[in-house]
Amino acid sequence: MEKMPKWADVVLIPVISLLLAALISALVILLIGESPVEALNLMVNGALGSTYGWGYTLYYATNFLFTGLAVAVAAHAGLFNIGGEGQAMIGGLGLAVVCLYIPFPHWTIALIFAALGAGIFGAAWAAIPAYLQAKRGSHIVITTIMFNFIAAAVLNYMLVNVLKPKGAMDPSTAKFPETAQLPSLHEILAPLGIEFSKSAPANVTLFVGLAACVVVWGLIWHTPLGHEIRALGKSERGAVYAGISPVRTVMITMLISGGLCGLMAINNVMGEAERLVLNATEGAGFIGIAVALMGRNHPFGVFLAAILFGFLYQGGAELALWTNIPSELIVVIQALVILFTGALDNMVRIPIEKIFLALRKENV
Amino acid sequence: MDFLTLIQVLDSSMRMATPLLLACLAGLFSERAGIFDIGLEGKMLMAAFFSAAVAAITGNVWLGLLAGIASSLALSGLHGLASITFRGNQLISGVALNFLASGLTVLIAQSWFQQGGRTPSLMTAGRFNGIELPFAIGPADAEAAGRPLSEMIKEASMVQQLYSELISGHSILVYVSLLAVPLTWWVLFRTRFGLRLRAVGENPAAVDTAGISVQGLRFAAVGICGLLCGIAGAYLATGLQAGFVKEMTSGRGYIALAALIFAKWRPWHALGACLLFGLLQAVALRFQSIQLGGFTIPVQVMDALPYILTVVILAGFVGKAIPPRAGGDPYVKER
Repeated sequence: MEKMPKWADVVLIPVISLLLAALISALVILLIGESPVEALNLMVNGALGSTYGWGYTLYYATNFLFTGLAVAVAAHAGLFNIGGEGQAMIGGLGLAVVCLYIPFPHWTIALIFAALGAGIFGAAWAAIPAYLQAKRGSHIVITTIMFNFIAAAVLNYMLVNVLKPKGAMDPSTAKFPETAQLPSLHEILAPLGIEFSKSAPANVTLFVGLAACVVVWGLIWHTPLGHEIRALGKSERGAVYAGISPVRTVMITMLISGGLCGLMAINNVMGEAERLVLNATEGAGFIGIAVALMGRNHPFGVFLAAILFGFLYQGGAELALWTNIPSELIVVIQALVILFTGALDNMVRIPIEKIFLALRKENV
Repeated sequence: MDFLTLIQVLDSSMRMATPLLLACLAGLFSERAGIFDIGLEGKMLMAAFFSAAVAAITGNVWLGLLAGIASSLALSGLHGLASITFRGNQLISGVALNFLASGLTVLIAQSWFQQGGRTPSLMTAGRFNGIELPFAIGPADAEAAGRPLSEMIKEASMVQQLYSELISGHSILVYVSLLAVPLTWWVLFRTRFGLRLRAVGENPAAVDTAGISVQGLRFAAVGICGLLCGIAGAYLATGLQAGFVKEMTSGRGYIALAALIFAKWRPWHALGACLLFGLLQAVALRFQSIQLGGFTIPVQVMDALPYILTVVILAGFVGKAIPPRAGGDPYVKER
């Protein structure tokens, strides 16, 4: 018999964890001498009060969609992919190479090939830790952490020594050609008669991200591969007994995960910056962890959590602009969300399970 | 490269290796007891901030050190609560603590000092300064002779150069970190506590059967880890540099983790690994790129080398790194 109904596990526990995180964040804001109510007001206004705010919120959310899905896919196979940051960086590199060196006639074609470049590079960066985990038993958490740092060094080298245009000062590539620049939400929505902020970075990648959610949902729950991935995640011995090859499944899962992280580059590199800069990922790879945990590794949950974190990031930027609260507040909130929904899950879960058991006894 | 340059690079490596070594030994205690800790970085960062902040406010570096250790211990307590008491995922807990430290330090720094997330620069009394060993040439001698220190060192004999530059003149925490190596070895391999601590990382059920508290031992290990990370962070902010700046650990916690794997969870090897990684950092700091027989090694290779070496070790191409067997598993007492 289940200890508690499914809705409690899927909705109640994340919501309580989130409230706990919010409560402590409010305390932190109080302690540094600001008003939490005012802060929340500013954040809501700044992130959701205008199409400009929404444009940024959705832009950040798109980044987190990809990295969140990546962490979620890996988690279904029982793998903790902490290397999203590096995979997204290398994905950006692949994308930049495609956009810079292939002349595209139109952005739609550019988008397809750029996505291929970014996805393949991201997947390749995840392939080595995946192989080492599958074949040699090296812990994937440690190897992916190491690969984040190696990716940063690779990116740094490529930008400074190879891709930087001659004579340029800052380490970044040249701007991508006009035909390899993606339309923003403003350009997409204008023909439909919807007024959307011109300067916000949200772009067509949002729809790619939403499509990725649907594809991942179908993959995990409605394909044989998804079944294999989940079986491996539940019990490796069980999976082997069912004739599933752990080596093959780990490899494929991590390739998908790395590919998804790589795809993030369409949004931040091709859609926003329109060139590759050094710190393009801005920690989005790590936020994927919080997003996946919060979303319970389900694409719809990931979608909601990505919007939430998009809101937090844009709201946090606004806070830093108008108050004395630095944008690092968001890092604290993110940490608390990871802490409560991930590490301290049992602290929330056990009392709630007890309450449900007690209620059930009363009913009987 | 002449002898003196070599000595200076080694001297710098020693200083770069110190925080790595302390954090590496911290991780050693924790992981030997079966608690993975990828939150070394966060604990160091937290300690770096609080040590610099308290040292800046009180002007006393020892109070700063204590504050640093206390803040690192607080994070350790949280890690213990999550991963020992509530049997949560130790890796996720570590990730959360790293973010917590990274955000809180800037938040509090901004609120206390209003200098864009940093502490004011520390004056002499607020820092751990170099200790002059007997017979070494130091700033005091230079002042007495009325000549620049570098000139006097240059004229000294090789033995004196080695002694004055490399062995003498470090802050007390550098010597503490070196002493921590034999101490760690002795505690882990020559005391009953150490035996139990290692046992709890290999087979907690056996320790439990013997009537010893698994949770207690693991909390002790996590506590020692916090203490050592606290010293490491304090050294960063009050010894190596004069004050806290945002994200000043810059991945050192992860390099320490890499060194721990490189050393295969053994104290003396940890010293070797940290000195090697310290040397890499010192070389990267001093030379932008290195000429090696016609090849130019770019500085980014030096940056990435500790991580690449660790991956190679992890892959088992050069000896196999086998972590403590019960590492990462929360212990569920049978009922």
